[in-house]
Amino acid sequence: MERIPILRMGHYLLVTIQVELYDRLALSLETDLVQMVNKTSAKGVLIDISAVAIVDSFMGRIIGNIASMSKILDAQTVVVGMQPAVAITLVELGLSLPNVFTALDVQKGMDLLASMIDVEQEDFDDYEDNNS
Amino acid sequence: MPFDISMILQKKKMQILEIWIKKQLESADLREDLFSNEDLRASCEELLEVLLSSLNEDNLTNPASADFDEVNEILAGISISQARQGFNPRETALFVFGLKESLIEILQEEIKDPQDLFTNCFKLNRLLDTFSITTFETFIKGREEVILRQTDEIAEISTPVIRVWDGILALPIIGTLDSARTQVVMENLLEEIVASGSSIAILDISGVPAVDSLVAQHLIKTVSATRLMGAECIISGIRPEIAQTVVHLGIDLSNIVTKATLASALKFAFQSMKLEVKRVQKDNRNIVS
Amino acid sequence: MIVTLSKDVMKVVKDQDVVPFRNRVKEYAVKIKMGLVNQTKLITAASELVRNMLKYASGGEILIEIITKGRDNGIRLTFKDKGPGIPDIDLAMKDGFSTGKSLGLGLPGTKRLVSEFDIKTIVGEGTTVRIIKWANG
Repeated sequence: MERIPILRMGHYLLVTIQVELYDRLALSLETDLVQMVNKTSAKGVLIDISAVAIVDSFMGRIIGNIASMSKILDAQTVVVGMQPAVAITLVELGLSLPNVFTALDVQKGMDLLASMIDVEQEDFDDYEDNNS
Repeated sequence: MPFDISMILQKKKMQILEIWIKKQLESADLREDLFSNEDLRASCEELLEVLLSSLNEDNLTNPASADFDEVNEILAGISISQARQGFNPRETALFVFGLKESLIEILQEEIKDPQDLFTNCFKLNRLLDTFSITTFETFIKGREEVILRQTDEIAEISTPVIRVWDGILALPIIGTLDSARTQVVMENLLEEIVASGSSIAILDISGVPAVDSLVAQHLIKTVSATRLMGAECIISGIRPEIAQTVVHLGIDLSNIVTKATLASALKFAFQSMKLEVKRVQKDNRNIVS
Repeated sequence: MIVTLSKDVMKVVKDQDVVPFRNRVKEYAVKIKMGLVNQTKLITAASELVRNMLKYASGGEILIEIITKGRDNGIRLTFKDKGPGIPDIDLAMKDGFSTGKSLGLGLPGTKRLVSEFDIKTIVGEGTTVRIIKWANG
C-alpha cells in the first residue's frame, strides 16, 4: 500500500505530500506521523501541502487531528504552502482550521517552528535556573 | 399609370427635410443640450439623401433588400451615438417616426387618387417601420455596450493589490462587498500573497459604504483564507458608524486584528515584522563650523 | 433551457476509485475552461458527496455531464446510490448536523461550493444528489 514518506530533520519532522490524497492514505499518514513524533521526540512537524490540489472536510479534519495529537505529544504542527484555491474552498466549506499554525512556504514554516520552540526552550532554561 | 413615388420624393427632397426638421424642433423633447441644430440638420440630410437615392419602385416593398444596407448603417450609427450620449429611447424613436410623417405628408400633397395614396403610404409605412426596428435594436445594443464596458472597468479598478512594503500588501476596497466581489478580492489577494511571499495583508474598508452581517461574513472569510495560507490579515479603515453597526448587529470580529486607519495598520504590521520607522535627526554642526 | 453536450458514467465502490473519479471531473472542468478556484470547489464538493456515498450506501454511480445554458457552460454531476436514504432531509441540510463521525459540514458545506444543489431521497431505496457548477459561477 502507498505511504507518504516522513523525513526527520533534527528536531523536526518534514512531510511533503506529493500525491493526490484519499481517505485511507490520509488516515495512515495520521497514524504514521503520530508514531514518528513519539519515537523521535520531535519538537515540530512541518506538513507541506503545496502540491495538494484538493482538501475536503475529511482531509481537513485529519490535518486538524495531526496538529492536536502532536500538541499532546509536545510537538507543534505547521501546515505550509496551501494553494489559494484550496484556502478559499476550505473557508467556503466552513473549515478554517483554527488550531493549526500555517506559513507561506517551508522556509517560513521552519522559522515559525524555530521561534515557537526557542521560546519553550528558554522557558525551560529559566525553570532550571530557578531550581539551581 | 402607377406613380413612381421614389421620383416624387426625390423631387421634393428639400421640402421633406424642412418638414422633418421642423417637426423635431417643435417637439418638446428635443435635447438641444445634446444635439445642436446644425448636427440635427446634418444627420437628417445625410440619412434622407442616402434613403432617397437607394429607394426605387422594386425595393419599396422589400425592406430586407441589400440596397438599404447603407441606410441601415447610417441609422445604426446615429442610434448608437445617441445611446452613448444618453438620449432616451423616445427621442431616438421620434427621429425615424418624424421622417415617416414628413414623407407621408408630401405623398398626400402629390398623390390625389385615394386608392393610390393608400397603397403607396402603406408600402412606405412598412419600409420605415423596419427602419425603426433597426433603430431600436442598435439603440439597445449601444446601451448594452456601455453597461458591459462599465462592468469591465469596475471589475478592473475595484481590486488593486498594492505592495506597500517588502512583505506587506494593502488592498483598498471601494464600494459594496457582495459575494461575487469578495470572490475576486480573495483570489487577487491570495494570488498576490503567494507571488510576493508577503506575510501581512491589510484590507482597508474606508471605501465600503456600510457593513452589514453579510459583508462582515465576507470579510471574516477573507481573513480566514489568508490565515490558512500562512499570512496575517488586518482590517483597517473602520469608521465609527461601522463600529457601531457591527456591535449593534452582534457581529463578532474579536478574532480579527482591526485598526481605525491604514496608517495604524501599517504601524502594527511594522511592529510585528520587527521594523521601526525613525525620524532622521539632521546634523547641523558641520554647516556651522 | 439546459442542453447536455457530453456525458460519462462512473461507478465508485471502493476508496481508491475516488482519485480517478476526481481526475475525470477535473478533465471535464478543464475542458470547459473553468477557473482554478471554481474547479477546486467543484472537485471538493464531488469528493464530499462520493465519501457520503461510500460511507452510507457502500458506493454508487455518478453521471458526469457537460451542460450549456444560453452563454454559460457548466458541469453537472448526478450521484445515485441504493443506500438507506436520509430520514430527515431538512436536518441533514442544517449546518452542524452529522450522523457519521465527520465534522457535520458535509451537505450544507457542499451546497455552498456549487451553483445549484438538489437532493432527492427515499428511505430504504436510496438517494440522488445532483449538483451544477457553472464555469464562471
